[in-house]
Amino acid sequence: MLELLEGSQAVARAVGLARPGVVCAYPISPQTHIVEALSGMVRTGKLANCDYINVESEFAAMSVSIGASAAGARVYTATASQGLLYMAEAVYNASGLKLPIVMTVANRALGAPINIWNDQSDSLSQRDSGWLQLFAVDNQEAIDLHVIAYKVAEELSLPVMVCMDGFVLTHASDVVELPTQEQVDAFLPPITPLEKLDIAEPRSMGMMAGPDVFTETKYLAHMALVGASKVIKRVADQYAAHLGRDAWQPVRVWGPDSPSERGGPVSAERPAQQGEIAVIGMGSVMGTMQAAVPRLKEQGIKIRLVTLGSYRPFPARSVREAIGTADRVVVLDRALMPGVGGVLSADVRRSMARLGIPMHSVIAGLGGRSITERSLGKVLTQAKAGELGELEFMDLKRDLVEGAG
Amino acid sequence: MAKTHIPFMQTGTLVVGNRLLDEEDRAVQSYQNRPSTLTRGHRACQGCAEALAARWVLDTAMEVTQGKLMVANATGCLEVFSTLYPESAWRVPWVHSLFANAASVATGIAAANHARGRDDIRVIAQGGDGGTGDIGLACLSGMFERNDDVLYVCYDNQAYMNTGVQRSGATPPAARTATTPAVGPHPGNVFGQGKFVPKIAMAHDIPYVATATVADLRDLEAKVRKAMSHRGARYIHILVTCPLGWGTKTADSIKMARLATRCGLFPVFEAEYGEVTAVTKIRSQAPVEDYLRPQRRFAHLFGAKADEAALERIRGAAERNIRRYNLLPEGGVA
Repeated sequence: MLELLEGSQAVARAVGLARPGVVCAYPISPQTHIVEALSGMVRTGKLANCDYINVESEFAAMSVSIGASAAGARVYTATASQGLLYMAEAVYNASGLKLPIVMTVANRALGAPINIWNDQSDSLSQRDSGWLQLFAVDNQEAIDLHVIAYKVAEELSLPVMVCMDGFVLTHASDVVELPTQEQVDAFLPPITPLEKLDIAEPRSMGMMAGPDVFTETKYLAHMALVGASKVIKRVADQYAAHLGRDAWQPVRVWGPDSPSERGGPVSAERPAQQGEIAVIGMGSVMGTMQAAVPRLKEQGIKIRLVTLGSYRPFPARSVREAIGTADRVVVLDRALMPGVGGVLSADVRRSMARLGIPMHSVIAGLGGRSITERSLGKVLTQAKAGELGELEFMDLKRDLVEGAG
Repeated sequence: MAKTHIPFMQTGTLVVGNRLLDEEDRAVQSYQNRPSTLTRGHRACQGCAEALAARWVLDTAMEVTQGKLMVANATGCLEVFSTLYPESAWRVPWVHSLFANAASVATGIAAANHARGRDDIRVIAQGGDGGTGDIGLACLSGMFERNDDVLYVCYDNQAYMNTGVQRSGATPPAARTATTPAVGPHPGNVFGQGKFVPKIAMAHDIPYVATATVADLRDLEAKVRKAMSHRGARYIHILVTCPLGWGTKTADSIKMARLATRCGLFPVFEAEYGEVTAVTKIRSQAPVEDYLRPQRRFAHLFGAKADEAALERIRGAAERNIRRYNLLPEGGVA
């Protein structure tokens, strides 16, 4: 059934369909609507057999999640921005303990200066935390991703961040379709963790590892994430087949000639080729980009969009395949490493190191600045003409920067 | 269990198990088949009172809950000496996450158990004074104010012993630590600083708060039983001697804890819903010097010339405790 829903309300209902046993969160914009809705669902009994815990900080939110997950519950929390940084120590701990927690990150900028609006600096700052990071382009994907995320997390025994652009998605109303409870129940059986606190079988979790075993522990963590790509792809395909419709994909390629409206997985789509520019990005910007493509085509600029749904693990091979023999690659980066460049760009650059194709990193939409079709068009026109630099700040107000002295 | 007082001078420490008592009055430790929740083979220092206290606390809780117990442990000595992979000294479902979050992790465990209808499984969180009152205070306070069904046990050895004896918020004035060295015009830890977490716990009006020391293990056991008879947030704060950090003889750990209570510097009491309901009276008051002098961390107070000004301030602190908690027997003479 199609419904008009705010992104946060839709996500809250999707999380509810997954039947978590413990939900806890600390308020931070723009994630609040999600957990507000969930607290209501627990109070009314709509979400049964679930404890909702109002904690005193994001650090506590992740810590309660760790305890609940260690005790074998399906757990949900959500955060953004400073909140994610405040819980960072526990974020790393959750993945080290291999706890299949699912957390929504309503992507938001990091201060100072304080800024509540959207970019992707927050979750990308946790890129080395050992969590999976899956990005939604729109609210339908956000809904589907939460169900997929639980399945993936519990199969891999690894935590997953479901990343959706703050405000742009969380606060946008869109026509979406939620799966039914029966569909989710059939897809996502009750959690059966590999390891948990159990009075029948006492075990110690979170032990100290010395130099004799630490490297091996980290190697296994690495291999688990390397192997996760396959599992993510399989689960995403299973989910789509189960619902009998298109759903989220870890990597999508789209061009005006694509058979499907949203583009398809790399294996099913034509990669970029000579005379084309491959544009790579994550999240809602790729929706804007898709809208810009037809007009650019009229101007003789041929674009192939590569939408990354999976940032961690980074699907390097799929990215390489999707880039194909493109003339050049433009990465739309929503996060910056000061003094270095775009965060996503660094991952893309690593994956295409031997292709010999020029790559441009475009820092766009920091702190909620709108990414317009017009600005995207300008940047890509420059790219086509060979006038785009290696690192560009889209719509940078030169007068403001120079005026700052 | 009835609480039976046996004058220590008659029996010495060998009586801790009280094997001569009626069966229902005996300590859990008196039984050969005691749970041994923290079992042998761990790496605690000789004379470590934290290991002793943890064993009594958890064995008692294991008996009370008939083995239905889960434990969240903060980073610290207790965690490090008990669980160096691949060996663990714990015979209980046990999880260590971080330094600051044991209270929150315990909340999560309790919530998970509650959500699946297993309120019969009880949860204990435990940590040192730093993990409890300094870095972990926010998580602890959150757990308290929500009245989560968790017993939090703080093993207070009055400094960051695990990292090499640095000052904590529980370090007493004048004590020498690695970060409050005994040099300069005012050697040791600064006067007028520090906090007593049991009072902070009481400010949350939680069902049960108690202090205890390793000098009176039957008292500790009784308090754990009482704590476990309540639901909601509970807190037990145990003074545990650290021979390494305090500079005391390893054989004197019990003696030092006893002197801490006898001089009035560590009050032993119980509180329910924010009100003090019972205190352990000082049987024979000791001068603070008797407690301070054997500890190398206070050696600078007793050089060629005793630091009378510092000693006077410490005496003042002991007197304030004695007044505040009414620690002297009726008539006021100990």
